[in-house]
Amino acid sequence: MLGEEAEPQWISEEVKTGTTIIAIEFNGGVVLGSDSRVSAGDSVVNRVMNKLSPLHDKIYCALSGSAADAQTIAEMVNYQLDVHSLEIDEDPQVRSAATLVKNISYKYKEELSAHLIVAGWDRRDGGQVFATLGGLLTRQPFAIGGSGSSYVYGFVDAEYRRGMTKEECQKFVVNTLALAMNRDGSSGGVAYIVTIDEHSTDEKVILGNDLPTFFDQ
Amino acid sequence: MAAASMMPIFSQNVSSNSDLVPEWSRQEVSTGTTIMAVEYDGGVVVGADSRTTTGAYIANRVTDKLTRIHDRIYCCRSGSAADTQAIAEVVSYQLGFHSIELDEPPLVETAAHLFRASCYRYREELMAGILVAGWDRRKGGQVYCVPIGGMLVRQPVSVGGSGSSYIYGFMDSNYKPGLSKDQCLDLTTKALTLAMERDGSSGGVVRLATISEDGVERRVILGDQLPKFSTH
Repeated sequence: MLGEEAEPQWISEEVKTGTTIIAIEFNGGVVLGSDSRVSAGDSVVNRVMNKLSPLHDKIYCALSGSAADAQTIAEMVNYQLDVHSLEIDEDPQVRSAATLVKNISYKYKEELSAHLIVAGWDRRDGGQVFATLGGLLTRQPFAIGGSGSSYVYGFVDAEYRRGMTKEECQKFVVNTLALAMNRDGSSGGVAYIVTIDEHSTDEKVILGNDLPTFFDQ
Repeated sequence: MAAASMMPIFSQNVSSNSDLVPEWSRQEVSTGTTIMAVEYDGGVVVGADSRTTTGAYIANRVTDKLTRIHDRIYCCRSGSAADTQAIAEVVSYQLGFHSIELDEPPLVETAAHLFRASCYRYREELMAGILVAGWDRRKGGQVYCVPIGGMLVRQPVSVGGSGSSYIYGFMDSNYKPGLSKDQCLDLTTKALTLAMERDGSSGGVVRLATISEDGVERRVILGDQLPKFSTH
């Protein structure tokens, strides 16, 4: 039997954002971070994808899992949140956005395989981070997700302290992403960082060679 | 670097005549585990958790996974408890014999190669991820990693077992070449504690051993004395 493949893997394989995503709250806002790799089997089909998707001016979500599922959920919630914010005639709460994501994730949990972390700032509760894995809804001081997150649980458990400043949170996010991207084959590329506070929403890209390096590099 | 990453296997039993016998007695005994070994100038530090599981039951909560192979050579075992015990016994025998023939303490590299030989030859039958670490006069402290499949590679620091996935990030960011013995002990203790908090198959106490020219120093850190981190 000739062992030649009829077609390359990336045509038939599902497109996944096997990924590393992280969001962390500080006094007055949140910082979100993600890598930029999208894989289909062994191929990297997009090496510069921004997985931090806006749901509203001051609410973002971080995508992981199946790229199609995650993007669709984000778009649906973006629409629902726009309608909701018109109805209440003010900016929506982060908890509302997270609840909308959770509702979709839970109702279709058998069909979908995506995990979104929702984070943002609102006037009522300041910076907030919500995890929606599997259809649950829980507020946490920080959340990590995606395939690369397994490798950095120890790091974030050891390094996280309550009451970090905005700059410390940004460094924490960058270090975590760099470590995960080094170990996880499904994470890589560049790092996208979004910082949301009362006054602004700031998007930043950190290119590969500007990421922190560690002892074996 | 290949990781000996172990997930415990839960077999799904549908038949009902197995109600008479508890589920855990039908499961393989596994050291779903966290193990770690670090080199420093003058020796090595090895560490492990102490949990052995059969399915969801903890068969032994005070296991010693740091097994003596020779006076200054230890191995850390992860994977199937039976397989790793058997391999360690075979290698101890082979190494002891070799050392008598040589009339010299054996090299850590030799022990590592003996482990690799067994793990590679019987790779289809075995489920064993092993760290070999020790001190010898030629190269000082050395750590060799023999993960599932039977690869062999020397590394300054290495982790293994199912809990190891969670501490790669911590290890990468906190290890630097040139650490002292006490810094290595501290690093190992913290890393194992973090892994034990996250991995269901790792837990119990932290067992440590320091191997150097002067000999082997063993210690145990009990649950309430483990370092605490702010997220817990």
